[in-house]
Amino acid sequence: MCVALPGKVQKVFGQKALVDFNGNQVEARTGLVDVKTGDYVLVHAGCILQKMNEIEAEQMTELFSQLEAFR
Amino acid sequence: MMDRTDIIRYLQSYDGPEVSIMEVCGSHTGAISKSGIPSLLSDKIHLISGPGCPVCVTPSSYVDRLIELSMRKDTCVVTFGDMLRIPGSTVSLAQAKGQGAHVEMVYSPFDILKLAAKAPQTTFVFAAVGFETTMPVYALLMQTLEQESVSNVKLLTALKTMPPVIDTLCAQQAKIDGFLAPGHVAVVTGYKVFDPLAQTYKIPFGVAGFQASQILVALYGILHAYHQPKVMNFYPEVVTEAGNEKAQELIDRYFEPVDAVWRGMGIICGSGRQLRNQYSAFDAGSANLNEDHKMNQKCCCDKVLTGKMRPYQCPLYGKACTPLQPQGACMVSEEGNCHSYFINQRNDR
Ligand code: SF4
Repeated sequence: MCVALPGKVQKVFGQKALVDFNGNQVEARTGLVDVKTGDYVLVHAGCILQKMNEIEAEQMTELFSQLEAFR
Repeated sequence: MMDRTDIIRYLQSYDGPEVSIMEVCGSHTGAISKSGIPSLLSDKIHLISGPGCPVCVTPSSYVDRLIELSMRKDTCVVTFGDMLRIPGSTVSLAQAKGQGAHVEMVYSPFDILKLAAKAPQTTFVFAAVGFETTMPVYALLMQTLEQESVSNVKLLTALKTMPPVIDTLCAQQAKIDGFLAPGHVAVVTGYKVFDPLAQTYKIPFGVAGFQASQILVALYGILHAYHQPKVMNFYPEVVTEAGNEKAQELIDRYFEPVDAVWRGMGIICGSGRQLRNQYSAFDAGSANLNEDHKMNQKCCCDKVLTGKMRPYQCPLYGKACTPLQPQGACMVSEEGNCHSYFINQRNDR
């Protein structure tokens, strides 16, 4: 039930947005996050739950180097 | 720099102390079972599934109340699909529907608005079940009901929060060495919510996404932080320390903490959320739905949900109890532990 999927905002209208999931376009509510066209978002139960941060390659490298430090 | 192969090699050859890592979230259980992660791990790493399927932990009296409402002439129950087949004390909502109950299945709670607009004489009750992930959706729905003065929609709530149940599990059971923390709960709450638990029980929490590679990285991190009070965020794409504060505020505006019953676990103090007093007009009678009858007395859901028993150790598993003929909630929902083990033929110890 806690499934949430990433999609891309196609357009925002009022309190809703049209979100594209690999070619499927679905309406989702925007009330929990401010979004604009082009944002990547996480959608749960017809609601945008969060914007996705672009994880820069650097951040991932940092995460992995932290793990490496454990070894 | 290390990569996925290094991580898998490490997890395979791990030869330290035996560790038990619990994944609390039903979606994690599903992803772990489906991707065959247990077969990649050394025998010393045990993954145990917890109580993180919201419909599985909903007590039977809640289902009974939904059925009672759906039988009324002027009332229609609206729900996610998962809820339909969960057994009440005698029948499920799906069985009641076969007997004429008014039940509609939707993809989003907001779909109730269209139904309500079309039939103003009918009261539509949403079966508001879920954890922190889904709570803001209900809060946003409440805001819309208020703003648009919708008077024929109500909620029957069975909302639950993760930290109190994790606390209860840790207090009851010594043998959990770390948690694969629920990623989509943390999107809302922020990963800071696990800090007090990590400190109290001196164990690591790894917040993870739901792809196999994300889970593997988190397991690696948890293993390395053995017995350290540490919360690690392995899902930075969407999880931050503070979480979605707008969502948290909205939840607080409409809901307040309440003691809640978890199927098979009894009452856990402050682990639920209910509509605040000033919104009681929107409540379809959610208080005190605390009774929890088993449909089949031999069902071991209580032990399965707390990680004390593997699903296949239940005497009914795969015999009297299958996804087509479920005897307990854990075999019904796709996120239920028994369902997940059964359809993936999972048998790790
Ligand atoms: S296998 Fe069926 S009867 Fe046994 S614990 Fe799971 S749901 Fe209950």
